Amino acid sequence: MNLTTKPSLHGLLAEFESADSVLAAARSAYADGYRKMEAYSPFPVEGLDEAVGLHHSRLPLIVLMGGIAGGLTGFGMECFAAMYHYPINVGGRPLFSWPAFIPVTFELTVLFAAISAVLGMLALNGLPKPYHPLFNVERFVLHGHDRFFLCIEATDPKFDGEETKKFLERLLPKGVYEVEP
Amino acid sequence: MNGNDSLSRQLNRVERGALVAGLLCAAVCAVAGWFDTTQFFRSYLVAYLFWIGLPLGCLVIVMIHHLAGGRWGFGVRRLLEAGTRTLLLMAVLFVPLLFGLQSLYVWARPEAVAASEMLRHKQPYLNVPFFIVRAAIYFAVWLGLAWRLDRAAADQDRAPSLDVTRRLTALGGGGLVAYGLTMSFAAFDWAMSLEPEWFSTVYGVLLMTGQVLGGFALVIIVAAALAKQKPLADAVSAQQFHDLGNFMFTFVIFWAYISFAQYLIIWAGNLPEENSWYLRRFEGGWSGVGIFLMVFHFFAPFFLLLSRDIKRRPGRLAAVAVGVLAVCVVDLFWIVKPAFDRSRFSVHWMDVVALLGIGGLWVAAFVGQLKGRSLVPVHDARVEEEFQWT
Repeated sequence: MNLTTKPSLHGLLAEFESADSVLAAARSAYADGYRKMEAYSPFPVEGLDEAVGLHHSRLPLIVLMGGIAGGLTGFGMECFAAMYHYPINVGGRPLFSWPAFIPVTFELTVLFAAISAVLGMLALNGLPKPYHPLFNVERFVLHGHDRFFLCIEATDPKFDGEETKKFLERLLPKGVYEVEP
Repeated sequence: MNGNDSLSRQLNRVERGALVAGLLCAAVCAVAGWFDTTQFFRSYLVAYLFWIGLPLGCLVIVMIHHLAGGRWGFGVRRLLEAGTRTLLLMAVLFVPLLFGLQSLYVWARPEAVAASEMLRHKQPYLNVPFFIVRAAIYFAVWLGLAWRLDRAAADQDRAPSLDVTRRLTALGGGGLVAYGLTMSFAAFDWAMSLEPEWFSTVYGVLLMTGQVLGGFALVIIVAAALAKQKPLADAVSAQQFHDLGNFMFTFVIFWAYISFAQYLIIWAGNLPEENSWYLRRFEGGWSGVGIFLMVFHFFAPFFLLLSRDIKRRPGRLAAVAVGVLAVCVVDLFWIVKPAFDRSRFSVHWMDVVALLGIGGLWVAAFVGQLKGRSLVPVHDARVEEEFQWT
């Protein structure tokens, strides 16, 4: 009843004091059926990405596509320039001298792959993000210092203000905070 | 203890099988060599160059790990060290080649040297006594490194010591430089001088890349076979296979890079004394082997090893590693063989038997060395630091 009068939540944030406890918490939340959650830690914690359900990212595929597109662009550009647009006889070599095209093909493969990695990463994680509701919780700044956080987001189908709060409290966190949107 | 008993039984079986097969093939080779000496030495040289690549590759990987550290290497270090201890066998197996120098190398035949102005000029370097002295130096350096590394590792197994770890790091750094110099010259002496009119400064690096690639493929295969049981099951996880797979991936790319760099430079220069090497490898069926190498030494493993799933599953990664090892043989065959059969591509049955003969003996020696020690390093000062976040 209480929930209807309050503005809806972004989610519930639990604070932990060690990497092991946030890892265990994420695993039990995932086992309990929660899917829309995110963990925050001051340094990379091995296994945490898999514990919150980030098994596969589409980024590798985007980078591969970018690389292939770059390779084709480089090779195609060289072929077009050397064979049709400005054909020149260089030391009696055939116009289609593919060994000479490889360095540019290689460079453009790397360039396109790198650019698609950066842009793909930004597109997939939604950066840059000037406002994020998590910073409404004052203690959240500690995620850059020595605290570990697990946030179960309100968009999760299993999310229920009271139930989820009880669930998180059973994981023995330092505290559970409501995140204003 | 039960698990260890079945493991050592399996290792014994592999060792005995490899030894029998190796001796059998070596005997067939020796008999056939009596009738066709020339072919025997040609086949023997290619087979020898392949199999010495594995212990040397292992030596390089061990030294890289001592120098740089990293979680990827602790679990497989004992396997690599077992590989380096087979160098003594390879030094012994080098001796038969000394009897075939005249048959293998133009520069070892006095009448050919007298007839060629260029060979006369190269004689201060390319002559039989100096060739033997240089080979002795290479083996002294490699065996010395392998012995020192092995002794320090044995010290480390007995008691933890930061001093030993520091000594190993220094040995790794200096050893890598020594390996780079000696193996580069060994490649010039043993393989490049088959065509003494031709030279390429990157030739040694090309062979070294093949050796390190072979070393990684070998250690992936052995680790995948042993990781089903203790003690390696605890030390090598999906993450370690992922790392080793990435190393193999890197050296596949590096091989392509070096091979293409050599080709592009010679192609662009298009000078008769340089391009003869490639022209010989473009005719009479050899070009097919070259295209095979482009596809299966680079494109196929490249795209397979892009996959994270393949790298994290020991069985699949080992299958790719077996393919990589096989293609490494083809690579050496393509580099060395056209120097002899100037007309067309052919595989002699002795090529295969020599490969199996030396291979059988080497595998038997390798497995014998594996059994001798604990399969995981126990007291490295770095181990605890590396494993604290797993």
